[in-house]
Amino acid sequence: MAERSQKSEARSKKAEVTDTKKPDSSSLITIYFMGQAYQVPKDLTIMKAMEYAGFRFIRGCGCRGGFCGACGTVFRTKDSYKLKVGLACQTVVEDGMYLTQIPFYPANKKDYDIAKEPANTQVLVRFYPEVMRCIACNSCTKICPQDIDVMGYINAAIRGDIAKVADMSFDCIMCGLCASRCPAEIVHYNVGLLARRLYGAKVAPKSPHLAERMKEIKAGKFEPGLDKLCKMDEKELSVLFYDPKTRDVEP
Amino acid sequence: MYPQSMQESIKRLDATRDARIKQGKIPLLGPEPKKELLHGFHPDYIQSSMRALSVGPNKGDQTPHEIADVLEAWPLADASRFDPAHPKFDVDVLVIGAGGAGVSAALVAAEHGAKVLTVTKLRIGDANTMMAQGGIQAADKANDSPERHYLDVLGGGHFKNVPELARALVSDAPGVIEWLEELGVMFDKEADGTMMTIHGGGTSRKRMHAARDYTGAEIMRTLRDEFRNRQLELVEYCVAVELLTDEKGACTGAAFVNLETQEHFTIRAKTTIIATGGCGRLHVQGFPCTNHYGATADGLVLAYRAGAKLGFIDTIQYHPTGAAYPEQIFGLLITEKVRGVGAHLVNAEGNRFIYELESRDVTASAIIRECKGRNLGVTTPTGRFGVWLDTPLIEVLKGPGAVKKNLPAMYHQYERFGIYMDKEPILTYPTQHYQNGGIIIKDSGETGVKNLYAAGEVAGGIHGRNRLMGNSLLDILVFGKRAGSAAAEAAKLVTLDGSGFKHVTAFESELKAASVPTERRSPMLLPEYRRDEFKTPLPFAALGCE
Repeated sequence: MAERSQKSEARSKKAEVTDTKKPDSSSLITIYFMGQAYQVPKDLTIMKAMEYAGFRFIRGCGCRGGFCGACGTVFRTKDSYKLKVGLACQTVVEDGMYLTQIPFYPANKKDYDIAKEPANTQVLVRFYPEVMRCIACNSCTKICPQDIDVMGYINAAIRGDIAKVADMSFDCIMCGLCASRCPAEIVHYNVGLLARRLYGAKVAPKSPHLAERMKEIKAGKFEPGLDKLCKMDEKELSVLFYDPKTRDVEP
Repeated sequence: MYPQSMQESIKRLDATRDARIKQGKIPLLGPEPKKELLHGFHPDYIQSSMRALSVGPNKGDQTPHEIADVLEAWPLADASRFDPAHPKFDVDVLVIGAGGAGVSAALVAAEHGAKVLTVTKLRIGDANTMMAQGGIQAADKANDSPERHYLDVLGGGHFKNVPELARALVSDAPGVIEWLEELGVMFDKEADGTMMTIHGGGTSRKRMHAARDYTGAEIMRTLRDEFRNRQLELVEYCVAVELLTDEKGACTGAAFVNLETQEHFTIRAKTTIIATGGCGRLHVQGFPCTNHYGATADGLVLAYRAGAKLGFIDTIQYHPTGAAYPEQIFGLLITEKVRGVGAHLVNAEGNRFIYELESRDVTASAIIRECKGRNLGVTTPTGRFGVWLDTPLIEVLKGPGAVKKNLPAMYHQYERFGIYMDKEPILTYPTQHYQNGGIIIKDSGETGVKNLYAAGEVAGGIHGRNRLMGNSLLDILVFGKRAGSAAAEAAKLVTLDGSGFKHVTAFESELKAASVPTERRSPMLLPEYRRDEFKTPLPFAALGCE
């Protein structure tokens, strides 16, 4: 009997994750998906509101946690001319919100062999000369859902400052909204990506301890120890694991 | 932006902070108390949450109902709509899935001269890899060693791991870091190049390498860019609904449906790598999850029907700290790095109750005990509960600005809801995070089915019964690369002869004998979050789209 009640308790929890609980009708608001009005509960994110309204995502939905850039959304709120943006998975709906998703953007991306490209001051402009067309309108920065100073790093790219571009663009989730707004047709996020890869591969200082460990591994230094450990049974391993003499924990 | 009811508890937390700093480290649990805690409060030990499988290679094995529901299920797609004799693509290596494991497998297979095709359900990079924040383990410092890493991995897995897999994991780790650096991943470093490494739950050395708190995203966007630069072939928004096999049961490719056009097509391949990720979106025991939208265990289902044995499928990892407030981000991941850089777990009264960096199963169980067993959780206005993560403490320990510097993604996440985690704590509760088990592989990625390989979260055995933080980003790359290499080499020796759904027909007889209801279909393809009145009956829903 206890088992059964536990089971039904576990099953009933489904409601928590699906957000299909019948909402209080007084809390419904009206939002417009691509011009079409839908009544949705007021506390949902745009993504959950669309699902509540009956949409099942194929595009425009990814990690649902603000990391993947699949759900970039452009919207206006009631009585305002201003275009706003947000990730559908992170932005809460408002009454009168007019919205559309931009799940894909036809971006210009250059191919390169990172091993062969020099990390010099010209490389970013050589691959993406259109950065020079920046008219400093700041539309990219204003639209970025990650609050990145996008125009700032495009400026740094023009100056050839790879480290600065890499650092400033680091939080980019490549949703494409900056490119969608750029009058100079710059694809900012691909410029940032190239800079970060050049920085990581060529500008950042090398780790001496990593090189040393690679040498040791190639020389087979750890093989005898691993041979021994792999043959140990649970009991022997447990003794080693719980004994602070054989497995002390670094403070 | 916390309601008054929660602010009372925040005051108690603030009041105990100085004393908690002086308290120092809470001792690690020994084997007995650990066992008692896990058996009492870890969701894996709720017997009623599982059942014995009635069909397939793991017949008789206890399996969570939600996973059993997709394994013991009839094929979603109608086999008669496919023509395996006339494949749309004919390749050496087929990679199914384009997260960290799939993309690294494709990169390496291509380096071995194979004609590789990668097919993915959503976009390249749409994967849990992208969401992994905290870090990647590798024993690359002088005070550390692969042997020590091995012992940590085995201890974390309760000594049940497959030794050759754990060995491959730790042995390849420094090489993976080197590879990523060559590709341009920006690891956090000191000015002299020393990697900035921290502890993760269950580590005995500070070997967690990070790229701020975007570690997985940084790795994934780099691998994806490399994949594009090398102009490897890619098909997106096409989902594998069945594997293909020959008369002898060897894998010969897979059958796909284009989610946007409904086109049904097959791909013939000498070797196939399944890299479809985990099962978070099955919501085992009704838990929320931290996983990507596409994490629906499709690869497990396909391989299982083809005869691949699964292992450790009864163990799910609940990440100790999912967001419990605000409601909009309920269940989302709060990276272990928050605890790695010093935040305490604190109950409603302002007290600590477990060493924060015990392995994940232990920490999660302790939080559940605090809330359900001891009634010392903090209740939210919507009736959920959780314990505090004292994030302002990070500023005290590491200096002002440390939260923003070390945890920019997390800071941003909460800032959107008016919560400033450098000044206020955040409320957390365990959330479904990772499939500890999966398709049993060898250290080359080979499965029990000839010419079928598996890599990444879909594979099992590496982590035993519990994975440590930072070993998943490592696992996908180690075994992605190994599978890519082995599958490319094996393809050179394969001559294809015939291809079809014989294994599916055989599996269907088992389903029939076990009286599995015919309306139960799988793979799931995408989770269903619409209200009941919108849920479409078969056959439209059969393809996951309308």
